[in-house]
Amino acid sequence: MIQQILFVFLAAVAIYFFTKKVMSIRRNILLGKDEKLNDNPNLRWKNMMLFALGQKKMFKNSLVAVLHFFVYAGFIIINIEILEIFLDGILGTHRLFLPILGTRLYSILISCFEILAVLVIVGCAVFLTRRNITKVNRFTKPELKGFPFRDANIILITEIVLMTLFLTMNACDFIFSLDYKLDNYQHFDGGVVSFYVASFVLLPFKFNNETLEVIERTCWWFHIAGIFAFLNYLPYSKHLHIILAFPNSFFARLNPVGQMENMVSIQKEVVLSFQPERASEFPADEASMKFGAKDVKDLSWKSLMDAYSCSECGRCTAACPANQTGKKLSPRKIMMDTRDRLEEVGNNIDKHGMDFTDNKTLLGDYVSVEELRACTTCNACVEQCPILISPLNIILELRRSLVMEDSNVPNEWAMMFGNMENNQAPWKFSNEDRANWIKS
Amino acid sequence: MGVKIMSEMFAAGESPEILFWVGCAGSFDQRVQRITKSFAEILNKVGVSFAILGSEEACTGDPARRAGNEFVFQMLAYQNIQTLNNYNIKKIVTTCPHCFNTLKNEYSALGGNYEVSHHSTFLQELIDAGKIKIKEGGSMKGKKITFHDSCYLGRANNIYEAPRKVLEALDADLVEMKSCRSNGLCCGAGGAQMFKEDEPGDKRINVARAEEAIATGASTVAAACPFCMIMWEDGVKQKNAEAQIELKDIAELIAERMS
Repeated sequence: MIQQILFVFLAAVAIYFFTKKVMSIRRNILLGKDEKLNDNPNLRWKNMMLFALGQKKMFKNSLVAVLHFFVYAGFIIINIEILEIFLDGILGTHRLFLPILGTRLYSILISCFEILAVLVIVGCAVFLTRRNITKVNRFTKPELKGFPFRDANIILITEIVLMTLFLTMNACDFIFSLDYKLDNYQHFDGGVVSFYVASFVLLPFKFNNETLEVIERTCWWFHIAGIFAFLNYLPYSKHLHIILAFPNSFFARLNPVGQMENMVSIQKEVVLSFQPERASEFPADEASMKFGAKDVKDLSWKSLMDAYSCSECGRCTAACPANQTGKKLSPRKIMMDTRDRLEEVGNNIDKHGMDFTDNKTLLGDYVSVEELRACTTCNACVEQCPILISPLNIILELRRSLVMEDSNVPNEWAMMFGNMENNQAPWKFSNEDRANWIKS
Repeated sequence: MGVKIMSEMFAAGESPEILFWVGCAGSFDQRVQRITKSFAEILNKVGVSFAILGSEEACTGDPARRAGNEFVFQMLAYQNIQTLNNYNIKKIVTTCPHCFNTLKNEYSALGGNYEVSHHSTFLQELIDAGKIKIKEGGSMKGKKITFHDSCYLGRANNIYEAPRKVLEALDADLVEMKSCRSNGLCCGAGGAQMFKEDEPGDKRINVARAEEAIATGASTVAAACPFCMIMWEDGVKQKNAEAQIELKDIAELIAERMS
């Protein structure tokens, strides 16, 4: 009974804090500008199935993709087992589903989970090696120093620990079930369960039944407490992608990636300067017109969701031509900066209310001009992202603010703009000479 | 060379099958003019009726928009759409992927709706229809050739096969660079980078790309973008590989070898 009360209390606290954080993330994302992204639902569902569930883009590197798929499938499927653990915790039962499903089916199911658990451990071990020993290039970039690097290790180690606890817990029950006739463990009256994988874990050791029960209970509690803790770590971590990958690929922009969003306010100004009679075609002016994005609130809500969804894998940065040739730009850093700044803005709202300004902005305080200037808009980062994030959208919006709000333009571009305005070409040639090539 | 100007055609009450959008590099850059001429020559040979806008063509505004200057983009787009709509243009073909992307994907939101193709697709269709034939001795058999994917053709508009099919018509030995197709490495020109120096770093992007081409051992690098061509010329020069690597647009390769 005490265990049940303790469990319900723990579960309630974990779910309360998780929900609270999720709601604050939702609010933060909705601080972004409106963008309609709910057309063509069929294609959107297909994208979600293909890219989030099917992890299509991960398969550009099949070894990593398979390992990642193990860890992911393990996570999803072992969650079915967590349902049982959860109900056991509330009802004070032990392996509630065993009598319902029958010893045979139950054993098969649990054995499958155990195989997955072993694959998860293998996957996580390989990933830890790639990050800490072989040091894959994209995991050693400057933006991963400090918390992001620890974050990845914390996630991988936690998963290994949780899976080990799960296997050990099953191993205890397996040994008990061998002894079921002795009736020293009341829950096992259904015959011998065959947990094929876990049976190897503790068999070599000779524990007496009291010790086994202590081990089993300890593992059970640490496992579920670990899961509650992990649940609450998730929203602060890059691991949030396991949830947000789904809505993020659903709401991904469907336009060709080369297409930039039209700025209706400027289109209106230009068209009306030539044809004032077309005023009715355009919406009325907004109270404050701002060009591009200086801070996170000026970005589309989708870009903000992109930022929270980013798993900091760095495939974008590894493919970026600017980054490959030693420039400061890293598309992953753009995503991480956007999330960090958005969290900061969110915390400010929690502490000081909606209207508070800290005189900081994403552009300048987080992302430098040099980074923005290095982008060739080649879309390599967009192409690489397994969950359809667009770092380029943020870069281009920040560039718009830099040029149109701050008039911060390198000399060569100032000349280019001048030529385009005066000669209709980026170079200083007279437009009258455009067809000269015909004559030669 | 028998190229008609749209205004003159319009005055004579004629209308062309297609409008050839030449682009700024195609009009003014001496190297890229050769691509323009090659494509015009092909059109003439196969008997496609076409016209160019000449002095009425303005930059599509792509570099300004991507640098962040929406005003300049909107002004040029307005001007071009007025011109194109006045002439009732329906079909456009262009040798520049940047112009292609802007005309095809961005002008429609501003009232400019056209059927736009890039010359790679256009040439592929002419080859498929049997209208372009390679002359005897025109084959590149035994020669290694590699194709550089332009970002605005490939990733931006998903055109990877058309230019390769054009090259297949030449029977050359097509080899791929380390990064190709959707993983293709940029030449370094996009997003108005072409018009300014690289930001500080270890090396220039076009040099990194030239190194990939040199590693393939190809004697010809084929491109399908005037900006790429200009960047490549410089990148290959920086690596002192001009003698070893010939740079050609797919239109030039076809024009030199068609019967």
